[in-house]
Amino acid sequence: MKKSLFDHLLDWSGRVLLTMILGFVLLPFLVVFIASFNDSAILSFPPKNWSLRWYSNAIEYRDFGKGLINSLKVSAIAATFAMIAGSGFAYVLNRYDFSLKSLLNSILMSPLIIPNFTIGLGLLILSTAASLPRTIWLVVAVHVIIVLPFVIRSVYVSLQNFERRYEQAAESLGAAPLRVLLTITLPLLVPGLISGALFAAILSFNEFTASLFVVNQGTQTFPVAMYNYVREYADPTLAAVSVIYVIAVAALLLVVHKFFRLEKVLNVE
Amino acid sequence: MSNEISPSVLQNNTQHPAVQIDGVGKSFSGTVALEPVWLKIRQGEFLTLLGPSGCGKTTLLNLIAGFLEADCGELFINRDLVTQVPPHRREIGIVFQNYALFPHMNVAQNVGYGLRTRHVSKAETAERVREALELVKLGDFADRKPNQLSGGQQQRVALARALVIRPKVLLLDEPFSALDRNLRTAMQVELKEIQTRLGLTTVFVTHDQSEALSMSDRIAVMSRGQIRQIGSPTDIYDRPQNQFVSTFVGDANLFSVTLLDRDETFVRLTVGETQLQLETYQDDLPEPGPVTLFARPEQCKLTQAGQAGSIPATVALTVYQGSYAEVHLDCAAADNRVMQRVPASEAPSAGTKVGIALPSRGPAIYKLNGEVE
Repeated sequence: MKKSLFDHLLDWSGRVLLTMILGFVLLPFLVVFIASFNDSAILSFPPKNWSLRWYSNAIEYRDFGKGLINSLKVSAIAATFAMIAGSGFAYVLNRYDFSLKSLLNSILMSPLIIPNFTIGLGLLILSTAASLPRTIWLVVAVHVIIVLPFVIRSVYVSLQNFERRYEQAAESLGAAPLRVLLTITLPLLVPGLISGALFAAILSFNEFTASLFVVNQGTQTFPVAMYNYVREYADPTLAAVSVIYVIAVAALLLVVHKFFRLEKVLNVE
Repeated sequence: MSNEISPSVLQNNTQHPAVQIDGVGKSFSGTVALEPVWLKIRQGEFLTLLGPSGCGKTTLLNLIAGFLEADCGELFINRDLVTQVPPHRREIGIVFQNYALFPHMNVAQNVGYGLRTRHVSKAETAERVREALELVKLGDFADRKPNQLSGGQQQRVALARALVIRPKVLLLDEPFSALDRNLRTAMQVELKEIQTRLGLTTVFVTHDQSEALSMSDRIAVMSRGQIRQIGSPTDIYDRPQNQFVSTFVGDANLFSVTLLDRDETFVRLTVGETQLQLETYQDDLPEPGPVTLFARPEQCKLTQAGQAGSIPATVALTVYQGSYAEVHLDCAAADNRVMQRVPASEAPSAGTKVGIALPSRGPAIYKLNGEVE
């Protein structure tokens, strides 16, 4: 079939638009990537001289190291807690009918509409009133509240798509409910659980607003450490940090993909 | 073989029914899925629940399996009251439409699952799994994962998994509908052989009438949450008791006739100009007047035009089918086109005037505009 001029125009404008959108999505990272190799101590663009010194600065800066360790600890613990509690709640919401179900659902989902700083502030006031020390557990508590709805959603969707016939087949073969849960339901939900936990860990790792209220010098998380750094210096160290961060996350996702297939974990199959 | 797979029912006496359903019914949020039904399934019987989707057959199967709780009535399996017994203590084998093989276990683990829940020793489990897989001719596939098997192989695994626990009853939920035509026929024969050899009481759910006719000892035809007729395949096909069964099972030619009167065995009626006397098996006949007459194509015969007692018709078209030809006829006395099968070499050409001779016994008569679904 011969294409009309209009079809050609549509074809080309479509391609241009698509390229522009993709470029727009990738643009910030490209700019930061280039800026991280700028030798100059101010964030000017484009760079005139090239250097790796901001990378060594980023690695050697003590607060980043401490912040990174804090953040890894907090996100690992918070994601684990959130996954265990969230899976339980998701299971109850999916499988049982009871009178206060919609109320429970609303409460569990409320952190989605309550701003993070409110949650941070609330726990700050509470811990001060109760004279609790500002330990890392306070940060963990804040993060669990924030990531819980996402874990519940993720596991709930997995349960919703779960083929109940597997459980019925197991029951007919003589498996009591607990055995069905442990040998059929849980193993088949592993991708959903991993996805929920991974999502929670990434959210927790990136969380800044609420953390700002509840950390102190010793417990500050990585994003808070970065924030404190920019308040004092305006050099490209943060650009270098960003590049390292993106590479680290990409590596993590590759590992997950190798073991669990990412499409499955992210529920996009 | 010492561990020949045999259902436990064989050791019991065989007088009492394998399954007894006493007034079991079920509604879902106000909508009746199954009216209370009464049904006894004999030991070793192959009983089919046949009906269109939404007729309640799957609901009844789920009630027998225990996946649903009955609103009313009692259910017995081998004389034991099981109405309140959860599915995992009913000792029922089930094969689902999509087989529901556990994707994270290999074939042997799938088949052995029901033995592990029963704490059968490792050695015995291995032996019984091996036997079950040999029974379904999959001895070499023990280490495969379900997704490495074809549809037919998956179905055999599902069957082996259900049989290995020596169930009291085997439930089959449309197990053939995912298979292609040739494989389906082969699997039907194989399943029927295994079922007969083991003497296994089986409840088979299907919407496919030919499956039901070829495999069953008895068929329960269902519609709108009720059993409309229960009987042997011959009863159902040759002596349908109502219009729904007539039209749902097999082909039927429908004629508009006038019922004049009846006595013990005969009915007299007119089709157009033609007056006929037919032998009837029906207990329930409509009042004299305009009625609908159902006749199977193979009960009717094509005759010369104008032959005494025949209904005049004109050939509209013939469809060649290889071993036979379908002749579609326009007939003033018929509600729709009449279809007849004749040997391909004898097929009349379009436009030929012919007669249709009704059989002297067999056709059923129902109320005009009776229910058809």
